[in-house]
Amino acid sequence: MKFLRMRPGHGEQLIAEGDPEVAEDAERLVEEFRRQLDQGMWAAVPVTSETGRREAELVRAFEEIPSTTDRVIFFPRAAGGAA
Amino acid sequence: MTIALCVTAIVVIALLSDITWPYFDRRLEARRERREARKAGVAAPYDPGRERRAEQRARELLKSCVNEEEWAMYRDLGLIRVWGGQTGLPADTSRDLRGVPYAYLIYPHKPIVAYLPQTGQLLNEYCVEFPDETRPFGSPRLPDSDDVLAKWMALQGDERRLIAEANLHLPGRQIDPRQVQRDIWRLGRWERERLERRAGTPGPDRATQ
Repeated sequence: MKFLRMRPGHGEQLIAEGDPEVAEDAERLVEEFRRQLDQGMWAAVPVTSETGRREAELVRAFEEIPSTTDRVIFFPRAAGGAA
Repeated sequence: MTIALCVTAIVVIALLSDITWPYFDRRLEARRERREARKAGVAAPYDPGRERRAEQRARELLKSCVNEEEWAMYRDLGLIRVWGGQTGLPADTSRDLRGVPYAYLIYPHKPIVAYLPQTGQLLNEYCVEFPDETRPFGSPRLPDSDDVLAKWMALQGDERRLIAEANLHLPGRQIDPRQVQRDIWRLGRWERERLERRAGTPGPDRATQ
């Protein structure tokens, strides 16, 4: 599983990678996941529905990440703009 | 003879300086800005090459996440339409629409526009940003395609949450409604042409060419 983060002036950046089935990797991924959310990021998981449509899920906890997913994308949380 | 050559050289230099001076002036100005940015603690000032590379990476990521039709829409029209109501609509809007299908137009770094595809009526502008306050290169702004992908994922994943965070405005606050109407018309035409291409029948435009 890869953790990607969107960054200004950079595009996506690989911030962590590992196999959640491996205890050591899972621990590292959980830690990184929490760190990103603490920094105010939202986490999204691209998924494919039963009909074959590509969709996305926002996840708020590491446990919510579907086991079949291979990447989680972090991006800055939404804020009301240009009021 | 020598004097004539010297005079000619001086005249040529004087004429060339008119052309070359603005170039050197810009270079000097850019250098001064870079120096000031370094003093201000900004890691690296605006670099168009870096921004282009970032946008290229962002486009690849967007392409890998959205549906083929949505990618083609963005590539051809510069926007993506997302149908609303996929993950629950804010209660007020839901009551007002009474089950009528609605959709959003996602533009890079512009508000999300909600509208009724059946009539083309514009509903609202949702002004939303995804500022990265770590500002790795001095700006909190994501590349265009990352901004579009962030909006797409947020609408797909939790429409209610995104709409709740956005500033709600009537249509026309930031985007000219005539431009949006034109985009809706372009989108309709684009979809018709795409369907025709898939069906293998020439459209009216191509039939007359």
